[in-house]
Amino acid sequence: MTELAWIGAALTSARPRAVGALYRHFRNLDLAEEAFQDASLRALKNWPQNGPPRDPASWLIFVGKNIAIDALRRQGKQEALPSDERLEAPDTDLAERLDASNYRDDVLRLLFICCHPDLPASQQIALALRVVSGLSVKQIARAFLITDAAMEQRITRAKSRVAAADVPFEAPGPGEREQRLTAVAAMIYLVFNEGYAASGGDAHVRAPLCEEAIRLARLLLRLFPTEPEIMGLTALLLLQHARMPARLDASGAIVLLEDQDRRLWNGPMIAEGLALIDKAMRNRLQIAIAIHRL
Amino acid sequence: MLYAILCYDSEDVVGAWTKEEDDAVIARLRLVEDKLASQGRLGPVARLLPTTSATTVRKGREAMVLDGPFAETKEQLLGFFIVECANLDEALDAARDFARASGSAGAYEVRPLGVFRPGAVRAV
Repeated sequence: MTELAWIGAALTSARPRAVGALYRHFRNLDLAEEAFQDASLRALKNWPQNGPPRDPASWLIFVGKNIAIDALRRQGKQEALPSDERLEAPDTDLAERLDASNYRDDVLRLLFICCHPDLPASQQIALALRVVSGLSVKQIARAFLITDAAMEQRITRAKSRVAAADVPFEAPGPGEREQRLTAVAAMIYLVFNEGYAASGGDAHVRAPLCEEAIRLARLLLRLFPTEPEIMGLTALLLLQHARMPARLDASGAIVLLEDQDRRLWNGPMIAEGLALIDKAMRNRLQIAIAIHRL
Repeated sequence: MLYAILCYDSEDVVGAWTKEEDDAVIARLRLVEDKLASQGRLGPVARLLPTTSATTVRKGREAMVLDGPFAETKEQLLGFFIVECANLDEALDAARDFARASGSAGAYEVRPLGVFRPGAVRAV
């Protein structure tokens, strides 16, 4: 793997946590995205020379924060800064620890604003792919088979709705966290479905959307490893997607389940899906036993 | 002496590889495996599923079952190779070959085996 490919993968994987933290700090989605973008450019210059940092996300958050503060200063908008002294603290250690303790809710918040109930489904998917996954407007437009300009507009609209909607920045309570998880799970399923049963155009399947949905589901499960619902969601996506190579014939027509060549199914993906179902069922069983004992 | 060459890397990063990138890395690792196998030095090889599929049994008077991996770390154990080597130097050479082949970040931990029973389960 080339160095550039590795850095690309590191930036993609750090993105939800870094943009989530920057969004919490600056409470402005565009500013958070731009700061991450600029920090990524510095990473491309800096990492090949100095070697990759041990924790790329923390590096990007720290550099991104400074970039955004500089940008705000240049605009003469100091008063818009949150009154938070740790923004300027050279003690990165403390900032890092705070970020590490917040990152679950940061990522969840970022995912959650993308599926705000005010947004229609098509905007939710587009916003999540842009903000959380970091796909370019062009890539998303291609996935939806619409023009770049139309997609740009869709995302801009979604962003202004989100900015107008009031998503609280305090760490959510257990009940609210549960609600957010449910909404986010539904949104991830929408992303997957958009790829699995493509709604526009001639292609029946758009694999990159399915793969992105699986990546988001795994991310969510890593953040909340004991949630049976998220285990079930991830398993569902994996088991469906494992059959992808056999679902279409050479001409792109759909092959029915009983006619599919099962040797084409993705074995490790099926194994992972079944393992997650096992875990989810065990959880359910324990809940049932606990209720029974009451 | 048998050595385990344990592969550690960030699951987030490896998970962000495209299928093509992943396939390419595995293909290059296979070349190193083939070389060791042709010398009769390669034992079992395993790639672990993501830590999200892990469950942990905490030992205690009453064992406790926990969802998730044993420890939350920045890099996770992703798989391993068992290789026969005359000494540590040879094992480190093998690990260097794997490291060059994978070309990503992360690390290979080289650990001698104390007990080894190859068992008889079939390959998947």
